[in-house]
Amino acid sequence: MNYRPRDLDRVFATLSDPTRRAILARLAQEDSLTISALAEPFSIKLPAVMKHLDVLSDAGLITRSKDGRTVNVRLSPAPLRGATEWLRRYERFWSPALDRLAAHAERKETEARTAEGKGRGR
Amino acid sequence: MRSLTLVRRIAARPSIVFEAMTTAEGVAAWFGPDDLPVVRAEMDARVGGAYRVHFRTLDGHDHIASGEFLEVVPPRRIVMSWSWASGGELEERGRVSRVEIELTPIGDGTELTFTHAALGSEASEKSHARGWGGALDKLVRRVENAAVTTNRSS
Repeated sequence: MNYRPRDLDRVFATLSDPTRRAILARLAQEDSLTISALAEPFSIKLPAVMKHLDVLSDAGLITRSKDGRTVNVRLSPAPLRGATEWLRRYERFWSPALDRLAAHAERKETEARTAEGKGRGR
Repeated sequence: MRSLTLVRRIAARPSIVFEAMTTAEGVAAWFGPDDLPVVRAEMDARVGGAYRVHFRTLDGHDHIASGEFLEVVPPRRIVMSWSWASGGELEERGRVSRVEIELTPIGDGTELTFTHAALGSEASEKSHARGWGGALDKLVRRVENAAVTTNRSS
């Protein structure tokens, strides 16, 4: 498993910005977008968008390729998968444990109700 | 961020669920990823108190999860630090994460909201505090769906 905490920290730091998350969300829906198409829905200026794209690119979350005079931006989802691996591992750990906790507590509840019922003479 | 939230509706009152999560006897009855019995559990459920749970998994490995109770509000809320004293996730060695448990009464039962959050770095801690974990989960799901579609079409 290719899991390096430092890379992950970088991904999470990159994702802490709402504009960058919005850019990724759009790229998740399109195969690729030109920079001007990407910038269009945002109220910020093109150079600011370019800066966000640099950060995303440094974290390995997007790739840019030139096609003549236009630059196409694509999502590169691999680093995000590393981020979700943490969640999966702990989900595999906790999910069955909490199911057993629920079953255990429900047995205790039945015992308690039986005891209370007897106590009240019902 | 990097936080896992699981919700369970349990047909037992909050005080019973609380006891099952804060006593050695209770924890021994359910803790761990498989049905193997817990080897040993120690729980000192008061603020600043320590816990330590030693369990074995089906692959024969031993694991010890340990930490400290940071908040104890019976029968509503438990917050504890989490780390692997032995075994566990190799990549997580030496890292401390945080487990937060909320118990809400619903009818005769309890809604358990369980959150395990990584505190890997200042950055992830800050973003966690901003509470956008759910948004990233959604984004990741979308990204993964998109990746699957792309793979199929290629």
